[in-house]
Formats: sequence, structure tokens, C-alpha cells
Amino acid sequence: MNGPHDLGGMMGHGLIAPEVDEPLFHADWEARALGVTLACGALGHWNIDESRHARESLPWPIYLDTSYYEIWTRALETLLTRHGLVSADELAAGEAATATAHPRRLAASAVDAVLARGGPTDRPVNAAPRFAIGDLVRTLNLQPKGHTRLPGYVRGHVGTIIAAHGGFILPDSNAHGRGEAPEHLYTLRFDGADLWGAEAEPCSAVMIDAWESYLERA
Amino acid sequence: MHDHADHHHGQGHDHGSELDEMTARVRALETILTRKGLIDPAAVDRIIDTYQNRVGPRNGAAVVARAWTDPGFAERLRADATAAIAELGFTGRQGEHMQALFNAPDTHHMVVCTLCSCYPWSVLGLPPVWYKSPAYRSRAVREPRAVLAEFGVSLPPETQVQVWDSTAELRYLVIPQRPEGTEGWEAERLAELVTRDSMIGTGFALSPGNAS
Repeated sequence: MNGPHDLGGMMGHGLIAPEVDEPLFHADWEARALGVTLACGALGHWNIDESRHARESLPWPIYLDTSYYEIWTRALETLLTRHGLVSADELAAGEAATATAHPRRLAASAVDAVLARGGPTDRPVNAAPRFAIGDLVRTLNLQPKGHTRLPGYVRGHVGTIIAAHGGFILPDSNAHGRGEAPEHLYTLRFDGADLWGAEAEPCSAVMIDAWESYLERA
Repeated sequence: MHDHADHHHGQGHDHGSELDEMTARVRALETILTRKGLIDPAAVDRIIDTYQNRVGPRNGAAVVARAWTDPGFAERLRADATAAIAELGFTGRQGEHMQALFNAPDTHHMVVCTLCSCYPWSVLGLPPVWYKSPAYRSRAVREPRAVLAEFGVSLPPETQVQVWDSTAELRYLVIPQRPEGTEGWEAERLAELVTRDSMIGTGFALSPGNAS
């Protein structure tokens, strides 16, 4: 979707301004928001692609002007209500009746193993890859209303395939409950001058990772 | 949008009232989820403890120092970074599919996620605020040298600047160049020169005289 998250190449967002002390968390709620978000993810009702789409679907002012842990918290509330785990009334009241534990509730003793295992997203794909290293490809002008991982700033541009990674879950499908639909994944290289025109800095290039259905032969 | 220089926290307002609102909001959410049997607060504690105390940029620094001192490891890191990094015990969430980018005298790599905040947690821990900010995400791909200048990094005009936008589940770790004057150093000592920013590509490894 052409949402507030698709920031590559946009202007007007100011200086980077790294913090001097860089605390890992700026308040206790940020730490709790991280832990609660990951613990809820372990319930298995949604995947990382649906999570990302819930975040990028937040209203622009909220997405662009609140801290990332607030974005996570608001998106988590969306996911919990969408999947029937928590009701809007419960969220509004801040209370809920006691219930028996969810069968997949993450136990403290399981946290280390779950985090150390992660969630690999590579998948076998039977079809042979359509492209090979060195091929010139053009990114399609894809502007779906739903989730995609093709950034707007590369649409319609020609790049070179510099790596082929085998099959990976397609976020465009997986985010919407339409299955993993794995496709071949490639890394593309674009010249800065091609993306940014005369404004481009010298000797710069941008690499993106792109699924096969994002691409056509140039 | 607005000038972030006024904000101590880089992105977003940090007024006390908003913090209080979020404290209440997250506390209510955690209470609901706990009562409904959906989370165990002790598991939340353990997740926080993991990223506060066990998984952070020291992991990545160990990988870099090993690559500087062990050519065989460096080759394995180029060929299959996930497996090579797992040799040091660093695996898992947001590090499932690792790629190592080796800086060279004529090439500087820099990592961004323009679409969200993808970051190699298993070797760098949680990303800093600026990495997730609209400013960094919008500008890193368009004007990397201007961004680097704000980090105090200046590159010769002929150096190739390669910006890697983490649009899939591949996670990128920059292997900075080994500082001069460190011949014969052991990996453990070298790791102290490896900053987090040098592994994102917004900094260099420290010189021996500048190690803290």
C-alpha cells in the first residue's frame, strides 16, 4: 500500500539526530510493549507480515509522529481484536474476566528457545528461477491496496540481479491470510543516478531484495 | 514534517503526559492479556531481559573480530553468514537469514529498512531510535553521504557507497575494515574497537587510540 511507511527517498523528515545516551528503552512501557508484542506473536494467530501491515495501516499522523513502540502497541491492539482474542470493549475498559490459559501461551521457560529458534521464512519452490545473476530486470508498477515489500522509490526502474536466494514466503500473500505462496527472492542493484536523477550523490548504489513476481525482464 | 532537534528522543513527542498515557495503555493491555491467559508476565520479563542483557552489539563485535583474525571464518561468513554466525552461538529471531557485507578501501556498505525497522537482532540487539526514524529511513537511500556526514563519517568521493534496503527477511551485517595499528591483536581485544554503528555502516571501527 502507498502508506506512511514507504519512506525511501521522501523529503522533509529532518536531521537524523541520534540520541547522545541512547537508552535501550525510554520508559518501562516501551520494554513491556516489546515483550507483550513478542509474547502475543507466539500465540500463532498472525504472522510477521500481517503484523507489519497492521503497523503501516495506522493513520499517517500516528505512524509518522509517535515512537515505534507506540506503533507496535496500537498495531497489536488491532491484531488482537481482529483475531477475536480481545474485544474492543475490553480494550476500552482496560479490564477482562479471567480465562484459562491459551494452549500456545508462551511460558517463561520457553522464551530462550523460541527466540533462539526464530522463524525462518525460506521455503522450497519447485519452479526454476526465472532470473539469474547479471540479468537486467525492471520492477513492475505494483500499487496494491494491501501489503507489499516493493518500495515505491524503485517502481518501474531497471536494476541488475546480484544475488539469488531461493524461495521465501511472499509477504503480499502471507499478510492477508492467503498462504505463504513462496517465490524466488533476489537482490537487485540500482544505480543512484537512475533512481534519483541529477540530484543523486556520486558513486552510490541501492540494493533491495525483491520477489520474482515484482519483476520483469528489462 | 517537523524539526526533530527539539526532541530528546529523536522521534515523537516525549512530554510527560504522553508517557503517562502510554504507561496506562500498555499496563491495561498487559493486564487484559494476562487475565485472559494469553501471556505470562514472567515470559515478558524474560524477553526484555534477553535484549537488555544478553543479545546486543557485543555479539556482532565478536563476529567482526573473528572475521578479522580468522581468514577461514571470514570465507565462511561470505559464503553462508547465518551458519558462520551460528558457530559463535548467535541465532534466531531477526537473524534467521544473515548476509555479511565486507567494507573495502573502495567500497562502503550501509544498511537501512525504508519500509519498517528490519535490523539484525541476533547480532546487534534492538535498533536505536534513529534507525527507525522517518529521517534515516527516507534519506539513507537518497543521500547516504549527507546522512553519513551527520554521523561524522566522510568518505572520499570515489568510494562506492552501497546502501542495502532490508525489504525482505535477509538481515545485513556490515563488516567494517580492520583499523590500522592493530597487527597481532587478539580477537577479544579487537572486538572492543567494533562499534554498533560500524556494523550498520554509519560509522567506522575505532582506532586503537580511541578505544574506550
